[in-house]
Amino acid sequence: MTDRPVTGGPADTEPGVERGFPATATVPEGDVLMPDPGTEPDPAPPETAGATFTQRGDRIFRGLATGSGVFIVALIGAVGVFLLIQAIPSVLADKDNFLLGRNFDTGDPANLRFGILDLLLVTVEVSVFALIIAMPIGLGIALFLTQYAPRRLAKPFGYLVDLLAAVPSIIFGLWGILVLAPVIEPFAQWLQAHLGWIPVFAPGNSGIAGATVFTAGIVLAVMILPIITSITREVFERTPRTLIEAALALGATKWEVVQTTVLPFGRSGYVSASMLGLGRALGETIALTVILAGVQSAFSGSLFDGGATFASKIALAFAELNNNLSAGAYIAAGLVLFVLTFAVNAFARALVARSGAKA
Amino acid sequence: MKLQRHGAVVAFLAAGALLVAGCGSDPTPAGGGAGAPAAGGTSAVDCTGKKNLTAEGSSAQKNAIDAFIQAYQAACAGSNVAYNPTGSGAGVKQFNAGLVDFGGSDSALSKDKGEVDAAATRCKGNPAWNLPLVFGPVALTYKVSGVTDLTLNGEVAAKLFNGGITTWNDPAIAALNPGKTLPAVPVKVVYRSDESGTTDNVQQYLTAASKGAWTQGAGKKFVGGVGSGAEKSAGVAQATAATEGAISYVELSFAQDAKLSIAKIDSGSGAVELTTENVGKAIEGAKVTGTGNDLVIDLKGVYGTPAAGSYPLILATYEIVCSKGYDADTAKAVKAFLATAATTGQASLADAGYAPLPASFQSKLITAINAIA
Repeated sequence: MTDRPVTGGPADTEPGVERGFPATATVPEGDVLMPDPGTEPDPAPPETAGATFTQRGDRIFRGLATGSGVFIVALIGAVGVFLLIQAIPSVLADKDNFLLGRNFDTGDPANLRFGILDLLLVTVEVSVFALIIAMPIGLGIALFLTQYAPRRLAKPFGYLVDLLAAVPSIIFGLWGILVLAPVIEPFAQWLQAHLGWIPVFAPGNSGIAGATVFTAGIVLAVMILPIITSITREVFERTPRTLIEAALALGATKWEVVQTTVLPFGRSGYVSASMLGLGRALGETIALTVILAGVQSAFSGSLFDGGATFASKIALAFAELNNNLSAGAYIAAGLVLFVLTFAVNAFARALVARSGAKA
Repeated sequence: MKLQRHGAVVAFLAAGALLVAGCGSDPTPAGGGAGAPAAGGTSAVDCTGKKNLTAEGSSAQKNAIDAFIQAYQAACAGSNVAYNPTGSGAGVKQFNAGLVDFGGSDSALSKDKGEVDAAATRCKGNPAWNLPLVFGPVALTYKVSGVTDLTLNGEVAAKLFNGGITTWNDPAIAALNPGKTLPAVPVKVVYRSDESGTTDNVQQYLTAASKGAWTQGAGKKFVGGVGSGAEKSAGVAQATAATEGAISYVELSFAQDAKLSIAKIDSGSGAVELTTENVGKAIEGAKVTGTGNDLVIDLKGVYGTPAAGSYPLILATYEIVCSKGYDADTAKAVKAFLATAATTGQASLADAGYAPLPASFQSKLITAINAIA
């Protein structure tokens, strides 16, 4: 009797290896694939019953997953449509340029004059300033917790940083204007006196000490720090041990290991964490309402100006809104914030995808 | 081992929470008869109506409503009113939608905005009444070192708030304050950055009393053109207390809490200080422009030509109720609450920074409240 190897399916890699049969099996003469009649029970009924059950469960799960995805997209679409429907009549009735106007005067519904330029500039400046402060600190904390801290210290320290995210934003606002503003006032005065020739540090138009974009940016940085830190920490922990050990084996110091393995690996996660933090900063309402002083002159770009962001402008006015055209003006401002956040997130995703493809 | 450790932590936290809860003490509600007896109004209110009323609206009258609720609970045990100070606009909207039993607003229902018609629909075809139950003075507060007894008039106040006067030692201010040394400190205006009925009333006062010096108009948003805004009266009071050379406008209770200096107002017959009696004299001069029991007040007369010795800068907040159209239980409860508010509730208002109703007004209000069906 000779071995007659049975060639299997398309996954045949080596001669003599076939699917399901050991390489050295001796096979009887005749039709190899015919099962021995009488020794195997008829498998048909249990298999069909099992197959139907699996298919139904599969379909249910797939339906639920698809439904959730569709629901979320539909919800966001509904929010966008609601904003558009409320905003369009007011924007059409606006006697000022909506995108370039600097005043927001909606007292008289027959004479609406509103523009969002100042709101846009203040929102972007305070969020970018907060991000510039929070990004390096978040990176440092994440590196410390994953690479340098002893294991026993890292966990409670991590809990503490996450606890920052649980503090309500009204508390941050009150802390900012009542505690932080007087403390950093001498430093703010020093900046305006010595670096006032740089437009960003020029003396601003906020008459109330400390009620400036500077204070608001620092408070916002503290608020977005836990978001950036926790996600970056997760990403850094996923750095493959083999890469780290390889770098150590090649004689790298701790900092060189971090520089060559952890940071490149975690860069896209770090960027997406920062973008999440930026999204939070763009939409922050109550802390900025409490801290930023209202002003009667245009925003000059200085960190020591007051003003209002999109969200805080709506918060300051919504209690007294009593007709649809005035309300629509504020909703139009909210729509611009919606589009801005969407654009920032889309840009961040594109950035991450591109760096991911390169890596 | 792990469970034991966690169990110890949980037990410790639970014990700590119980300890803290036990240490705190609930304030006992004011006992019956703590306030002054009813000043000539209805002595017995009908407490058989709905036990829980809901109301929403102006935040300026929140403290007054709290005082009224205490008096109401003393008169009718077990009854309560839940007042949500979300703002006049929200209050009127919720009342017209039928979601609250009565609304609180800094301004009467507006015909132009359709609020009168919407309210009539809510009240099943009957008109809604604006009942002014709370009068509050607005203080002009300032912080200038070395100056404690400042007198202003409408014209000077208007120029301060719109940038016409920029330093505190201006001759116009010195003319009203002979003999006082005013420092050469720049004037820093602090206004309400959120929309507010207080801002509206102050700007109306400046329009009426400044003899043409205030041309910026009125409205819930400050339009003076200078200054910095702080959020809500508490923010304005805090910012004024912290800024040298500040001048602002804020309700009396907040000025008292922050211990700010309050200016006297000279309306042509001498400097008048902000006291309850002087505010009462001003309220008596207010004309009712509404018909019948709809007591809409026109304060422009008070602002422009106030009675001698009265403090003119006052604002009134209205309770907006249905004249008819409530179901029987709600009507009884609303009547009982408002009747208590107009009589025994007035006793504690002066401490809260509001002005109690003068007798002539009180009788008009009680007539209107009794007419609610």
